[in-house]
Amino acid sequence: MGLLSDPNRRRALISMLTRLNAPICVVCYMAGVAWFMGLAFEPFTLRTYMSENAMGSTMVEERFPAGERALATGREFAAHKKKVGGMPVDWLVKTMQSQGLEVFTQRFSRTLPFPDENKERYVVEGTNVYGILRAPRAPRTEALVLSAPCSPGNNNNQAVGLLLGLSQYFRNQIYWAKDIIFLVNEHDLIGMQAWLEGYHHTNTTGMDWSPLQGRGGSIQAALSLELSSDVITSLDLVLEGLNGQLPNLDLANLFYAFCQKIGVLCTIQGKLQRDDWDTASGYSHAVQTMMLMVLKQASGRPWGDHGLFLRYHIEAASIKGINSFRQYKTDATTIGRLLEGMFRKLNNLLERLHQSYFFYLMPSLSRFVSIGYYMPAFGLLAVILLLRALDLWVQLSALPSRTEDGIADIEQVSQTHLGVLSVLTPLVISHLTGVALYTLPIRSQEMAVEHFPVFETEAVVLTAIAIYTAGLALPHNTHRLVSGEGTEQGWRVLKLVAVLYLAVLLGCTALINFSLGFILALTLVPLAAFITPHVPKLLSALFMVLLSPGCTLFFSIFFFQELQETPVNLQEGWVLFLSVISQGILDHSLYGSLVYPLVALLVYPCWLLFWNILFWK
Amino acid sequence: KRQAISLLASQTSSAPETVVTPSQPEDDFQEELVIRPLHSGDIYASFQFRTVWDTDFMGGKKVSHYRLFPKSLGQVISKFSVRELHISFTQGYWRTMQWGQPFLPSPPGAELWVWFQDTVTDVDGTWKELTNVLSGIFCASLNFIDSTNTVQPSASFKPLGIGNVTDHRFLRYATLPREIVCTENLTPWKKLLPCGSKAGLAVLMKSEKLFHSSFHSQAVHIRPVCQDWQCKSTSWELRQTLNVVFDLHSSGQGKREWSLFKMFSRTLTEACPLASSSKIYIDVTDNPQQFELSPATPLLSQAVVLGDRRTYSVYDLTQQATFGSMRSLNMLLRWKSSDGDMMRPLLHGERYVAGYGLQTGEIHTLMYNHHPYRAFPVLLLDTVPWYLRLYIHTLTVTSKGKDNKPSYIHYQPSKDRVRPHLLEMLVQLPPNSVTEVTVQFERALLKWTEYTPDPNHGFYVGSSVVSALVPSVVAMDTNSTQERPLFSSFFPSKEESSYFVRIYTEPLLVNLPTPDFSMPYNVICLTCTVVAVGYGSLYNLLTRTFQVEEPSPGLAKRLANIIRKMRGVPPL
Repeated sequence: MGLLSDPNRRRALISMLTRLNAPICVVCYMAGVAWFMGLAFEPFTLRTYMSENAMGSTMVEERFPAGERALATGREFAAHKKKVGGMPVDWLVKTMQSQGLEVFTQRFSRTLPFPDENKERYVVEGTNVYGILRAPRAPRTEALVLSAPCSPGNNNNQAVGLLLGLSQYFRNQIYWAKDIIFLVNEHDLIGMQAWLEGYHHTNTTGMDWSPLQGRGGSIQAALSLELSSDVITSLDLVLEGLNGQLPNLDLANLFYAFCQKIGVLCTIQGKLQRDDWDTASGYSHAVQTMMLMVLKQASGRPWGDHGLFLRYHIEAASIKGINSFRQYKTDATTIGRLLEGMFRKLNNLLERLHQSYFFYLMPSLSRFVSIGYYMPAFGLLAVILLLRALDLWVQLSALPSRTEDGIADIEQVSQTHLGVLSVLTPLVISHLTGVALYTLPIRSQEMAVEHFPVFETEAVVLTAIAIYTAGLALPHNTHRLVSGEGTEQGWRVLKLVAVLYLAVLLGCTALINFSLGFILALTLVPLAAFITPHVPKLLSALFMVLLSPGCTLFFSIFFFQELQETPVNLQEGWVLFLSVISQGILDHSLYGSLVYPLVALLVYPCWLLFWNILFWK
Repeated sequence: KRQAISLLASQTSSAPETVVTPSQPEDDFQEELVIRPLHSGDIYASFQFRTVWDTDFMGGKKVSHYRLFPKSLGQVISKFSVRELHISFTQGYWRTMQWGQPFLPSPPGAELWVWFQDTVTDVDGTWKELTNVLSGIFCASLNFIDSTNTVQPSASFKPLGIGNVTDHRFLRYATLPREIVCTENLTPWKKLLPCGSKAGLAVLMKSEKLFHSSFHSQAVHIRPVCQDWQCKSTSWELRQTLNVVFDLHSSGQGKREWSLFKMFSRTLTEACPLASSSKIYIDVTDNPQQFELSPATPLLSQAVVLGDRRTYSVYDLTQQATFGSMRSLNMLLRWKSSDGDMMRPLLHGERYVAGYGLQTGEIHTLMYNHHPYRAFPVLLLDTVPWYLRLYIHTLTVTSKGKDNKPSYIHYQPSKDRVRPHLLEMLVQLPPNSVTEVTVQFERALLKWTEYTPDPNHGFYVGSSVVSALVPSVVAMDTNSTQERPLFSSFFPSKEESSYFVRIYTEPLLVNLPTPDFSMPYNVICLTCTVVAVGYGSLYNLLTRTFQVEEPSPGLAKRLANIIRKMRGVPPL
């Protein structure tokens, strides 16, 4: 720190940083990317381990015998579902009551802001049915949740059957210390949202629901089950929740431990674990698994019914049964045993799951990268912005000293004054564009439908894209409205502000949702670093558009499809792109996902500032 | 106003009336077991042991000769000048909607309320000592009762014995919702019985069965009662109760068939020889439609219990004939059919915490009045620990969507680390309605030593207490569906028109903002580094003096200066 107190050495350091600014930035960028890619390399990652003592050392036995009966119940459920043409509420209530559960129902209704074309719904009305197994001699203070969605068609009947089989079996056991809530939710996430809001008596999304009659105290953990076949080859664990929140790592560890114990194949992101980490294909497998997690987390949407629990500080995960063409099959009894074991261990919990990590990435189910390991990758990218800011600051403070005489002071004052104004105008205008992008698509859908031959959903998405594109044309010469000719100093001030703004924005995003922050940094940092009014206009403009948030989303979709081994061509990609935008807007209004407002209100305006600098005159 | 159970008790005590001579203190012991088959298929067994002693603990001379009355409690009464003492230990939550009203309600965990004699000067000090002594007697953590969880309710807890002092300065009430009740609490409780668990009904209390149940509650009530109907002198009554509910599915293997042996894995062979009365009551009101009872008993008894007219089969254990030729009594109840709905309890309460996040929250208390046409007032008592800072201005009481203004509110704000919030309200519940009381709170950040060893488990808030005089079901029967003589059914009779009920809501488990306790090490390291580096350099900058260093003068100049110095002229 003598460095700072010594003016000479400080000057030397600063001059070195400004002189070598560009090379350092390039090195940092490369190092950041390399660090990130290294995270999936097995020797650099940690093996998962159970941190929670209450779940680690205690032994439980799994004795669930009635898998076949559960499947029969599932078939019965399917028959009643078909007869009623939806959720067979009465049958479920009767079945649960006959098992000795306290059964309650909740009605809910929700009108979507515009029709959801993926799931073909607009006005949603439904009923959740849940039965509470009261733990003997427990004062209703803690509960666990097992949920299964009642999906349309032939999906998930086995899950509901297994849920009912487990509830019957669990009811006869004496060892429960926490109430267990068996929930069958209709309309997947919307039903779950209604139930959770009813349970916690909050209303964040303006849904109509009838109040709940029975509760079990504070929910400690939840598992959501999805199962569509009688036998399965593997179980997939889904962790990514709303806004990129993840459950405590111990929940994943628990699942993994029981899969090992019972001998069930388990996957994460649908990818089996491989042990040939030292080969290129093994490494790329780990990278693919991790990249899938990063992309899913960055999307900020709940990837299963569990995703909405996380807001309420309830550790939750979805377990999906996958039936592929492998030889080795697992029957319902074994899955039942696995769930029984997990619930018995969760039942043993003395405290909420808190011992293990909440921020992690998983290159495989038995390996994880904690926040301490992945943050440097982001830090290396973020430091580029700070270096550029330092460079600009030095340039700005060096400019007036060139005049060297006292009379220039007054001019300087007026100049900086102008500088502030010239910075403020693009800032305000680009943010107004952002506000328009956020509000107009939904507001103006009716008008769009009247004047153009499109459906509501298309109208919303196309309006969003139109505003996004219109933003490119609007602000790049607006600063002249106030300050006349843009000065050399003006764009530097604007860029300094924009770079610092971007740094703060990305920093905050990465703290909450690392994946989103990192992907945005990966694309926005290089353009923030090199854009000046003096670079070749056309080429840079093309480059900027390619690196803009919208195009990032477009590329991410292709990348994601590629990773999932379902590659799409350009046409399908465009259709997917449109549907992803509409899903993003829907997620925001239905569940309170923050990615759409973040991009529309903050990231996009920030990008527009750089666009502004490029076309500075 | 008495708890309705005393009605039942007064019936039983009418038979063995011993001759009381005023000079010699007399004591009397009765035991009884009430078995109520529940609609859910579960079964409810309630033991009551009553010892009455015509003595005066508060008199001048010291009582030293104990016969039936336990000495440990007698000494407590006289040493701490206790007028009334009620203590209960409960494991589990009474499910009113499934099981109806219990004979003796109690909240989950431990509850203690004591009325002191008005001669006590330092009530708080006496209370503190008393809780510590009771903690030893019952092997429970009652010593954790201190000023932060003790309140003085102004209306909810009135004395149940005789006496007309109702100044609530002499009342102390505390609950420990987290107290876990187990065998170690049962053993000292059993030792207070005259026969111990050697003979009589107490034989049935095998702990592995009692704790293999859905609900377990044991209690001790001490109060002064009238010695005779003239009430010229008082006696002390000790009532020990034990309530237990056995579960159809986990204890009964799903079969709606119960026997003494199945419940307690014991049968009865004799009454306690010291008992003047020893009886088993079985609620057969729904007989014979629903279940059959063997061996049959000719003795039937009718009583209005909790506002409902019930019929009981009575087994008198003091008679040898009861035990039959097998010399053991093992009653068997078998359901014939499981249909038929339970009458909904007229009063029912619920409570939960709403909201998410660790900053604020909202406590919702719901009170259901299921009576079809009668409104009745209830007293709500809420005790909330200080670390939930209630925003009392957000208190709302609504019924049927309308504001329901309480006619009486007693609110005592909390003091941090000293005393809890106390909120008492008298609310009128409209017929067939739900009344919702909501109040918002903020979660306090505790000092790091104040966290419990398992802070992420959460912190408990005790049950709220709802006390009410509920219109009875008998009075509800205006259409005379039951066979009654016409002359008796025009005016509703006074003592049957309403009955006293106290219900307890669920305790709450609230998470407070909790630091990561593995962090202190990291924090210490980080802080030390920041202080060393940051403070060090700043200190350096502030204290160092900066001066411009002149380049060293040339040789000629130095020589000239030496010469000038010798000449006494100032240097160049």
